[in-house]
Amino acid sequence: MNFPANLKYTKSHEWVKNLDGGIVEIGITDYAQKELGDIVYVELPQIGDALKADASFANIESVKIVSEIFSPITGTVKEINAALNDAPDSINKSPYDAWLIRAEGKIPEGKLLTAEEYQAQLS
Amino acid sequence: MEKKTPLYQWHESHGGRIVPFAGYLLPVQYETGVIAEHNAVREKAGLFDVSHMGEFVIRGKDALSNLQRIFTNDFTNMTKGRVRYTPMCNESGGVIDDMVVCKMEEERYLLVVNAANRDKDAAWIKGHLEGSASFEDISETLAQIAIQGPASPLILSAISKTIPEKYYTLVENGEAAGIPCIISRTGYTGETGFELYCKPADAEKLWDKLLEAGKNDGLIPCGLGARDTLRLEASMPLYGHEMDDTVTPFEAGLSSAVRMDKPDFIGKAALTGKEKPPRTRVGLRITGRGIAREGALILYQGKTIGKTSSGNFCPFLKEAYAMALVDSSITKPGTPVGVDVRNRIIEAEICTLPFYKKGQN
Repeated sequence: MNFPANLKYTKSHEWVKNLDGGIVEIGITDYAQKELGDIVYVELPQIGDALKADASFANIESVKIVSEIFSPITGTVKEINAALNDAPDSINKSPYDAWLIRAEGKIPEGKLLTAEEYQAQLS
Repeated sequence: MEKKTPLYQWHESHGGRIVPFAGYLLPVQYETGVIAEHNAVREKAGLFDVSHMGEFVIRGKDALSNLQRIFTNDFTNMTKGRVRYTPMCNESGGVIDDMVVCKMEEERYLLVVNAANRDKDAAWIKGHLEGSASFEDISETLAQIAIQGPASPLILSAISKTIPEKYYTLVENGEAAGIPCIISRTGYTGETGFELYCKPADAEKLWDKLLEAGKNDGLIPCGLGARDTLRLEASMPLYGHEMDDTVTPFEAGLSSAVRMDKPDFIGKAALTGKEKPPRTRVGLRITGRGIAREGALILYQGKTIGKTSSGNFCPFLKEAYAMALVDSSITKPGTPVGVDVRNRIIEAEICTLPFYKKGQN
């Protein structure tokens, strides 16, 4: 499994990438996509929706299970990855490219883990 | 504490993701994933460990009369080597379990029941046996392997000369790769296929021999995940979902396995006059975006008309479908309905069953 060092991670298996202008990109980790199995549907929020840290903002459905995705950030949805509507399995194929949302807001202090810290808590 | 099947070590050492199911530890999928396993069965072949299923034997002079009384189907015209599906009802006409009955000899029948219902079924059958008939639970003496898919006759015939030629028939003293087994031409995937029953000690060898025989024909091991999506796509009812002891076989759409013309059977009195029940099993094609799983309410013109019993994305058809029990007045294919999934209403339409039929596409 792959955990890029330039990303930050949550205990609940989301990854966070800092983009320019205070925007972050959020997706699910390689570990999470593997646990879910074949992903067949992604229920995304809408642009402008409010996000609350630790609250669910999306649902990912695999053939096995439906799983809630939790926000690492308190803020607002700026963009959604609409390409996932037609190709939800791109999360299985390339979890760090298949982002779910881009958002703006505040990440609570001490919330995010480094790649190393995230990997350590998996074992 | 969950039980392990004789193939547990194999599953674990070959990337099987193990989950507890009906009291057993079984693989939900292998590395290939549910969709690839599902499509292998539709297009080539898949191998399943179904050793968790329960097996009973009823024998004796009065074996047949007991079957006639305890089960809803009719077994009087069965010849040796035939297999027949039947519900088993309680006095109120609810389904205790559904199973297959195999005629091994004139006075000896093999019953294959759902693992989760094994103890309940055994108690019910034993409690209702009359006359000269004995009951034996032989589940622990048999492992069961299913090979399913269009390539399965070819694969099996490469290692066996004793394969049954007709659907729903079996050969008791069969063999595959020299291993003695019962071979029945049955399955739970909507495809051509076979179920092989052998001694637990022979299970791993038989499994390996089948995989080896099928390696050039696309045979891969499959888990419970694919078993469930395959049976949903083929619209086969599953106990605890499409039926339970509060649902009649008529409501579950199983009227062809209920012989009201038999003199009597347990549940007949309660079922009399209920051939056209107020709720019926229907199919739903999800036309909007999303997946309806079990337990979602179905809405028609603002009113709740029923609930989904199973639902998922169907990998071969590449659409989401569900089965549901709904008000019998709203079952016309094409009727638009809504399904409440986590408080979001998803568009769907009532459709005919099965969703998938062998040879489709």
